Amino acid sequence: MSSSKVIHAFYNDDEVVLDAVKKVKAANHHIEEVFCPFPVHGLDKAMGLAPTRLAITAFIYGVIGLGMAIWLTYYTMIADWPQDIGGKPSFSWAENMPAFVPIMFELTVFFAAHLMVITFYMRSRIWPFKKAENPDPRTTDDHFLMEIELLDNEEELTALLNETGAVEINVVDKH
Amino acid sequence: MSHYEAPIREPLILGHKSYHDITEDIARPIEGKANKNWYIAFYISLAAMLWGFGCIFYTVGTGIGVWGLSKNIGWAWDITNFVWWVGIGHAGTLISAVLLLFRQKWRMAINRSAEAMTIFAVFQAGLFPIIHMGRPWNAYWVLPLPNQFGSLWVNFNSPLLWDVFAISTYLSVSLVFWWTGLLPDFAMIRDRAVKPFQKKIYSLLSFGWSGRAKDWQRFEEVSLVLAGLATPLVLSVHTIVSMDFATSINPGWHSTIFPPYFVAGAIFSGFAMVQTLLGIMRKVTNLEAYITRLHVEYMNIVIILTGGIVAVAYATEFFIAWYTGSQYEDYTYLSIGSATGPYAWAFWSLILFNIITPQLLWIKKFRRSFIISFLISIAINIGMWFERFDIIAIVLSKGHLPSTWWRFEPTFVDVGIFIGTIGFFFVLFLLYARTFPVIAQAEVKTILKSSGESYKKLRDDNHE
Repeated sequence: MSSSKVIHAFYNDDEVVLDAVKKVKAANHHIEEVFCPFPVHGLDKAMGLAPTRLAITAFIYGVIGLGMAIWLTYYTMIADWPQDIGGKPSFSWAENMPAFVPIMFELTVFFAAHLMVITFYMRSRIWPFKKAENPDPRTTDDHFLMEIELLDNEEELTALLNETGAVEINVVDKH
Repeated sequence: MSHYEAPIREPLILGHKSYHDITEDIARPIEGKANKNWYIAFYISLAAMLWGFGCIFYTVGTGIGVWGLSKNIGWAWDITNFVWWVGIGHAGTLISAVLLLFRQKWRMAINRSAEAMTIFAVFQAGLFPIIHMGRPWNAYWVLPLPNQFGSLWVNFNSPLLWDVFAISTYLSVSLVFWWTGLLPDFAMIRDRAVKPFQKKIYSLLSFGWSGRAKDWQRFEEVSLVLAGLATPLVLSVHTIVSMDFATSINPGWHSTIFPPYFVAGAIFSGFAMVQTLLGIMRKVTNLEAYITRLHVEYMNIVIILTGGIVAVAYATEFFIAWYTGSQYEDYTYLSIGSATGPYAWAFWSLILFNIITPQLLWIKKFRRSFIISFLISIAINIGMWFERFDIIAIVLSKGHLPSTWWRFEPTFVDVGIFIGTIGFFFVLFLLYARTFPVIAQAEVKTILKSSGESYKKLRDDNHE
């Protein structure tokens, strides 16, 4: 079964790996994954990854937070138990709104930040007690690992990867 | 060419380093054994912390009467320390968020420790309002929870409640910002750990970070958005803290310039504390190649700027107090009355430590000196504490009627709790320095080629 095998090509330079990704893509091979010790600018574009939509989710979460703050201040201060505090009676939310601006702002930030980070953790599948999935411990130090699907083209692919400056090439079974 | 940086810029990473060298350097303090100095510092801090906890138990067991407060001065050291600690926290967020938005590469060597400082400082700050409640077990009453008291709600018109929301949002957002940045670095420690227990702990802390290209793409986006959220957040926090005073009708507190002036003061004091901590840390952890003279100089420039804003604010307050011609304004914390009255020592300490001493930083030689920067940073820490003490104690010590005049004298409990929080802060920081990657190594690796000394030299030689 050749389709369950992948090839692991190691690189030790961010510029080399970026060029290698471009060359491998140009030769019409499917790059499964690239593991990096630090972010390499332009790598996501070179690999053809779609832009992340996390910023959009943050905006939506922020709007939800703002809505929560408006509802909370309205319900507690105006609807449930209106009081006359310091000669400023609580008859309408709109008239009392200036005093609620700090709460509205803080809850917007609170919701946007926390829910976005939770979304990030869920989408990237990272949480406490999760087992790491990088195939080689060197990929958090100074090595970059390109994982390519193998379809009975081992020799051709190895030659191409050697040409792109890979420092180590292994064929492994993918579980 | 993608890593080009103008030759005129000084390198941020000294010496001949490779990516692997950075890994080694950052992992060394964690994997090695602590030296004697660390233990001495730790035990002194621990002793101070335990003494502080003792004073807290005494306060809670006996009552707030054990402090030097009275009916006229209802809060003094506690709120002084609260504002001081919150202010210190601000530099961490400024370095990690604002400097990220401005694409300042020098932030990368110091952001991790500055954020750690933020979180530990906000812990200390949060203690004071809770102890001052007298019945800390009722602290949850500040939250808008449905309850059995006839659906009584918290008062959203009150700046003190805004504070609750601002500080808790600030603390929790700073914490996730910090932790998200730590994941790749914990993963680095995890992947090179040899001891099974260490491997287990760092696996848990790193949340199984694997460093896929997609993860990094999301990581960078999340960092950018969090920075965008944290920037207005940090400004809002000290704005709201200043409103605790500014929305009152006390002469000296009822001041419209308080919000921007408090924010500038917070950044000023926070950078001073970063300078103090890093001055020690770079020596203890042998990270001189990453925390360089240039970093110290840049921080000193921020200190001069924010210190200048604070000085202008002081001058404004002093002038306005005099210009009103009101006798009640003649004993605000910046006035002729306080400069010559019984609190003259506190007034002049403020001027000396906060306004005069930092001016030495205009001299380039001092600005780039580790030891002088360190000493000035300590002076600013003291000066900023006096600022808050003056605003609170001097203003409250002279009410509108002579019968409300009162001189605040701290008791040993006031002093003990303050010293205790300093101890607690250093205990946390020292433990952090032994167990956490103190420099954001993944980020530092991204600037190695553009700002590393050997790479810059190589590029410049090729251009000749």
